[in-house]
Amino acid sequence: MNEFGGVPDRGRRIILKSAVAGGLVGLGFGSFPFPAFANADAKDWPADAFKQKSEADALKTLYGKSAEASDKVNLDAPEIAENGAVVPIAITSTLPNVTGIAILVLENPFTLAAAYKIPEGTQAAAASRLKMAKTTKVVAVVESGGKLYSATKEVKVTVGGCGG
Amino acid sequence: MASTIRVRAIASGDTTEVQSLIQHPMDSGFVKDAKGEVIPPHHIEVVQFEHGGKTVFTALWGPAVSKDPYLKFSFKGGKKGDDLKVSWVDNKGASDSLTAKIQ
Amino acid sequence: MLRKVLFAVALVAGTVQPLLADNAVNPQADFKAFRKYFTERFPKLPLNDFVNGPYSMDEGLRKQWQAKEEFPPYDFALDKGKEMFAKPFKNGKTYADCFPNKGIGVRQMYPMFDAKSGEVITLDIAINECRQVNGEAPLDYLKDDMASLTAYMAFTSRGKPMDIKILNDPRALAAYKKGEEYFYTRRGQFNMSCASCHVQNPGNHIRTEMLAPALGIMNALPIYRSEWGSMGSTSRRLTTCNSQIRGVPLKPEAEEYRDVEYFLSYMANGLPISGPGARP
Repeated sequence: MNEFGGVPDRGRRIILKSAVAGGLVGLGFGSFPFPAFANADAKDWPADAFKQKSEADALKTLYGKSAEASDKVNLDAPEIAENGAVVPIAITSTLPNVTGIAILVLENPFTLAAAYKIPEGTQAAAASRLKMAKTTKVVAVVESGGKLYSATKEVKVTVGGCGG
Repeated sequence: MASTIRVRAIASGDTTEVQSLIQHPMDSGFVKDAKGEVIPPHHIEVVQFEHGGKTVFTALWGPAVSKDPYLKFSFKGGKKGDDLKVSWVDNKGASDSLTAKIQ
Repeated sequence: MLRKVLFAVALVAGTVQPLLADNAVNPQADFKAFRKYFTERFPKLPLNDFVNGPYSMDEGLRKQWQAKEEFPPYDFALDKGKEMFAKPFKNGKTYADCFPNKGIGVRQMYPMFDAKSGEVITLDIAINECRQVNGEAPLDYLKDDMASLTAYMAFTSRGKPMDIKILNDPRALAAYKKGEEYFYTRRGQFNMSCASCHVQNPGNHIRTEMLAPALGIMNALPIYRSEWGSMGSTSRRLTTCNSQIRGVPLKPEAEEYRDVEYFLSYMANGLPISGPGARP
């Protein structure tokens, strides 16, 4: 684990990392003419989307669109969470050409919990464990063929996941 | 120092199922410590999985992802013995990576 | 809501009649009565499932638990325990030198009655005795290191049947009896006994918690609680149980705790070790 304590300039840090990774002194991670292993890049992180406080705003910021309900999005979430700090959530979809999956927790301080990029060849499925502050609607969003589709479930939370 | 990343990648037919568990506090920034002071947010932002020079999955995580975060996904391709590279970076600029063998 | 729950518990419980045969100490008869009570109360529950506590009582909780057990959050604590177990003391010896079978697959024998000292020895105490004999400082019974180490040792016993011996020694029988008494005695501001929750109300809620049955309740320890976000030792769980009923927690590994562990573990003989466990 590399600890770059207190260095404010993220761009420089990333270049340093890529140099360490394999002598590739890149100036960003646009398109290289040859396949190169790129470490997880903080520049990919959609900071604004993670600041939004509503479903509409989160999806607008992340994807530039809104979602329509679809029964081809399957959201597996417990009815009553054992503990709001660790709620297992699994999303699958039978929609074609899925390029992204996002999970929104409407009653959380920030709506967007996680988003996944699904390249071609990767299944339209993701399972993770999330924190939920209190009883909430959870919205699973799938990006397919350039459009957004969603499924919603309510999860009851008695012991909140944000320390309460 | 031991890696923070645990990976189980199992190839079955033409599909590889990947499960990962990463050791990380994933502090949300909403919890107070014993002194009553807010513990600042400290969470992974991006997790990347690569196989055969190609990205097969990217996770973009916010503070609502649980501590010691878990992930499961599947991709087409990958056979026993292949390398699967996993890396993450967090909001403080820390990072870790691991190359695991697909079983 | 809590008042309603407590009132209901008090009403139903009255004085919880110990599931005992008679006044003489007869562990075998107690064992039969205890087991009969739980298997009759939950006739459809497979016997071995009792060790899963609330997960044996509720399908929604069980599903979440099983999802997490695929790659459990306590994986890191378990590995830490494995490292700790293997690491030699300053004098070159290891835990393997203190325990039968090199300390692997022995957890189910604890607590055991030590005839020499006349005391009930729990696994955690045996670990600290091992450390002391080899010139190392003891581990804090409430902290992470003890939890990680006992988690690993429990893991090496997973699936093995609990195997507690109540020796035909008046001191062992007395310890067993004291443990049983502790279990059934009301205490604390809420005036509840262990039995109030775990015999009278398994599968019911107290506040937001689902209560585990007393049968097999020691088999999952130590436990990773979602509430704690970490692995906690047996002492951590017993002391917090006392606090939760507004009773004064005893010192970790106090005689009463060891005795009640002895009693409850014996009641679970034959049931599989499921530790380290996970709980809400």
